[in-house]
Amino acid sequence: MSYEYIGITVLWFFLYGYLIVASVDFGAGFFAYYAKLTKKDHIINKLISRYLSPVWEVTNVFFVFFFVGLVGFFPDTAYYLGQSLLIPGSIAIVLLAIRGSFYAFESYGSKDNSVYMFLYGATGLLIPAALATAMTISEGGFIEETANGVHLMIGKLLSSPYSWSVVLLAIVSVLYISSMFLTYYAHRADDGPALEIVRKYALFWSSPTIIASLTTFIALSQHNPEHYQKAIDLWWMFGISVAFFMIGLFLAYQGKYYGWAFIAVMFQFFFAFFGYGASHLPYILQPFVTITSGATNETMGVTLIIAFVAGLFLLIPSLVMLMRMFLFDADYVKGKK
Amino acid sequence: MFFEDSVLMSRLLTFLTLGFHIIFATVGVGIPIMISMAEFIGIKKKDPHYTLLARRWTRGFTITVAVGVVTGTAIGLQLSLLWPSFMQFAGNIISLPLFLEVFAFFFEAIFLGAYLYTWDRFKNPIFHWLLSIPIVIGSTLSAFFITTVNAFMNSPRGFDVEEGKLTAVEPFAAMFNPATPSKVFHVITSSYLTSAAILATIAAFIILIKKGTTYHKKALKMTVTATFIFAIATAVAGDSSAKYLAEYQPDKLAAGEWHFETEKSADLVIFGTLNENNEVENEIRIPGALSFLAHGDFDAEVEGLYETPKDERPPLWIHYMFDLMVSIGFYLVGISMLFLIFWKVKKWNEYNKWLLTGLAVIGPLAMLAIEFGWIYAEVGRQPWIIRGFMTVAEGATTSPYVGLMFLLFLGLYMVLGIGCIVVLRKIFKNNPAELELESRYPNVKESDKE
Ligand code: HDD
Ligand code: HEM
Ligand code: HEM
Repeated sequence: MSYEYIGITVLWFFLYGYLIVASVDFGAGFFAYYAKLTKKDHIINKLISRYLSPVWEVTNVFFVFFFVGLVGFFPDTAYYLGQSLLIPGSIAIVLLAIRGSFYAFESYGSKDNSVYMFLYGATGLLIPAALATAMTISEGGFIEETANGVHLMIGKLLSSPYSWSVVLLAIVSVLYISSMFLTYYAHRADDGPALEIVRKYALFWSSPTIIASLTTFIALSQHNPEHYQKAIDLWWMFGISVAFFMIGLFLAYQGKYYGWAFIAVMFQFFFAFFGYGASHLPYILQPFVTITSGATNETMGVTLIIAFVAGLFLLIPSLVMLMRMFLFDADYVKGKK
Repeated sequence: MFFEDSVLMSRLLTFLTLGFHIIFATVGVGIPIMISMAEFIGIKKKDPHYTLLARRWTRGFTITVAVGVVTGTAIGLQLSLLWPSFMQFAGNIISLPLFLEVFAFFFEAIFLGAYLYTWDRFKNPIFHWLLSIPIVIGSTLSAFFITTVNAFMNSPRGFDVEEGKLTAVEPFAAMFNPATPSKVFHVITSSYLTSAAILATIAAFIILIKKGTTYHKKALKMTVTATFIFAIATAVAGDSSAKYLAEYQPDKLAAGEWHFETEKSADLVIFGTLNENNEVENEIRIPGALSFLAHGDFDAEVEGLYETPKDERPPLWIHYMFDLMVSIGFYLVGISMLFLIFWKVKKWNEYNKWLLTGLAVIGPLAMLAIEFGWIYAEVGRQPWIIRGFMTVAEGATTSPYVGLMFLLFLGLYMVLGIGCIVVLRKIFKNNPAELELESRYPNVKESDKE
């Protein structure tokens, strides 16, 4: 494999990691707010904050890793995306900033402020929507290059069915991933009442997830037939994804093996995400940046990969330690520590 | 109108974001080492006062870290949004340290999470202290990596340009460029210094207003001692930065010192004003001192600003930035030394009102010195964004909406700044140290609580 492919694979893995950990976080924000509205917050909100408090910063680093790595491996994306994404990018930054800081303000400072809870819930849905738009733009057709630079055609973006179907898919996926995770976490915590509620959320959000996926496929076939065709060639990836969806749903419905159910959800998204990514190639940003035209020079590419491998040796043991402390430590999960 | 000038607005927005981020970043680099030291002393001396200090500092730290993380994410994205051509070019050469920095963040974030939530989990407290070491290393490494990127902008190395194409890229040569050693040294020492000074300010302030307890007096002694040591280190590092400038960026040094003609035994000009003929008036002059600052020799020759082509000279007002930074540096050394002397001499009272007042301002002053120093360093690089290769105007976005985004971010930082202050006040006001000491360590000796 050449260094460009290693690079994009590494980045895609981290984006996938962000997709999972951030979805848990974003969705949890929404559920916390929803529970407050329906006066069930005393049942589930403790559970949510026990998990989120120690890990929100780590979630953020997944994202930073992705965009710093993208600029490192494919500097041309900095030019095209940077020029065109000023407004949506800035809005996403502001939302992320409000969410992250107010999360900390609330959990260490003032408790149960309802404005804060609203912001926390709303940003949980708006951020995935904003970030998903970057995906949409990479399909091409929304950026024009003229004599005085590169511009985003905002009108076209806002009137595109494809763009809206991606936003919808992002939001329902967030809610689905998050509720499946919380179901598992509540089960580990032996928290019956909370389990009851979040399991209901999970079952509820399963069918919208699969419907939104199909809609997105159809919209893609309209917007970018070439990409659609390449995705169809990789039909087996998406088939495996659907199979895992069924398994996850079945297990959650049975009310047993919640851990396996969540792992099935992770595989469901893994295959869909990598199927999407693989069919997207060779373009990174259609039609301006391809994986070969946009890549950094070979020396830098190889150095970054070596740095990455070295970094993993540091990272993996530390992450394992964190997970053992907060995710798999039964006493902590149950609130005894 | 200037609002539509995308280059100017990009500069202003970068200034705003970095100027705000650097406050939290500096604290983020320096506070962990103070926490770690306090916890260690607490364990060694079996003195709960120090353990409580570490605990309470950590609690405040979580809030500033949060703001540091989100503003850092903002600047990370803004580099591409506001300076797309710069990042396209520099990304090819200097992305290694940016990439490594993310690992440092990861490392720090993971152990910070672990540190915060495990205070009472271990039987032997030393294990909890050990968790603080990776935080110190991680945050100092982030400062190291990002500073090498900034050093690269000042003295770009590790590549060639042939017919407009990049060749012979050497990531390590780019990272370890001539500016790296002095810059890293100065940035890290000044971060440590500023954090110690801020904590000293808090202790001094409480003793001044509410008389304070043994707890606060111990805190003051520890933080002022640290301030003194780090202030000396910062001055040494600042001196080496000046020597670097004299050799590699004489234009920045000359503009900062108002040194126009190349001459031997150059005087150091402190403050003063310029008249219409660019002559210096009302200044304090130290004969030969500029030669000493630049080359360690009172007779050495120092290059003047007139050697630099007119359109490549930085603005002259940065002189004041330099002078203010250095003045603050000397004040910090002086006042902390005074306190140490008063403390060691038995007859003198180190808690007298004047000394405490003098100490109560060092935190904000040190933070101002950080801001002044960065403005000096960054504006002094003008008109270049990558010295000698790309100007600021070439690097900037052409989007017409930067002005609007400036307002958006101004609003954001106001909200974050106010929120941060409100929350910090709330945390500590509702839970004063005396009460917390009582509830956590009920068997501390009565005499210690005085
Ligand atoms: C508490 C903060 C603080 C204090 C007391 C000082 N500095 Fe400083 N200085 C900084 C904080 C700082 C900084 C924020 O860290 C800078 C900005 C860019 C950099 O590399 O470090 C800086 C830059 C900077 C530069 C420019 C370096 C460059 O552009 O590459 C020079 C020459 C000095 N300093 C010299 C000094 C001297 C001689 C001091 C005498 C005591 C001094 N500084 C005190
Ligand atoms: C990766 C490293 C950095 C990059 C790419 C970078 C880039 C830039 C750019 C493009 C500008 C605008 C040009 C100008 O107006 O001078 C700027 C200005 C500025 N930067 Fe840096 N910088 C870096 C590091 C830093 C750091 C670490 C700080 C510390 C806070 C800093 C402080 C400033 C300040 C205060 C200004 C405003 C100067 C002005 O008003 O013109 N920079 N920087
Ligand atoms: C252009 C300059 C800079 C960029 C692009 C930048 C980027 C970032 C990013 C992306 C983060 C968030 C990391 C996370 O998600 O955990 C961050 C946080 C941080 N930055 Fe910056 N940074 C810059 C300047 C600086 C400087 C000059 C320092 C130190 C002197 C610094 C020290 C830190 C630290 C310690 C944190 C961790 C948060 C904290 O502890 O407060 N950064 N920065």
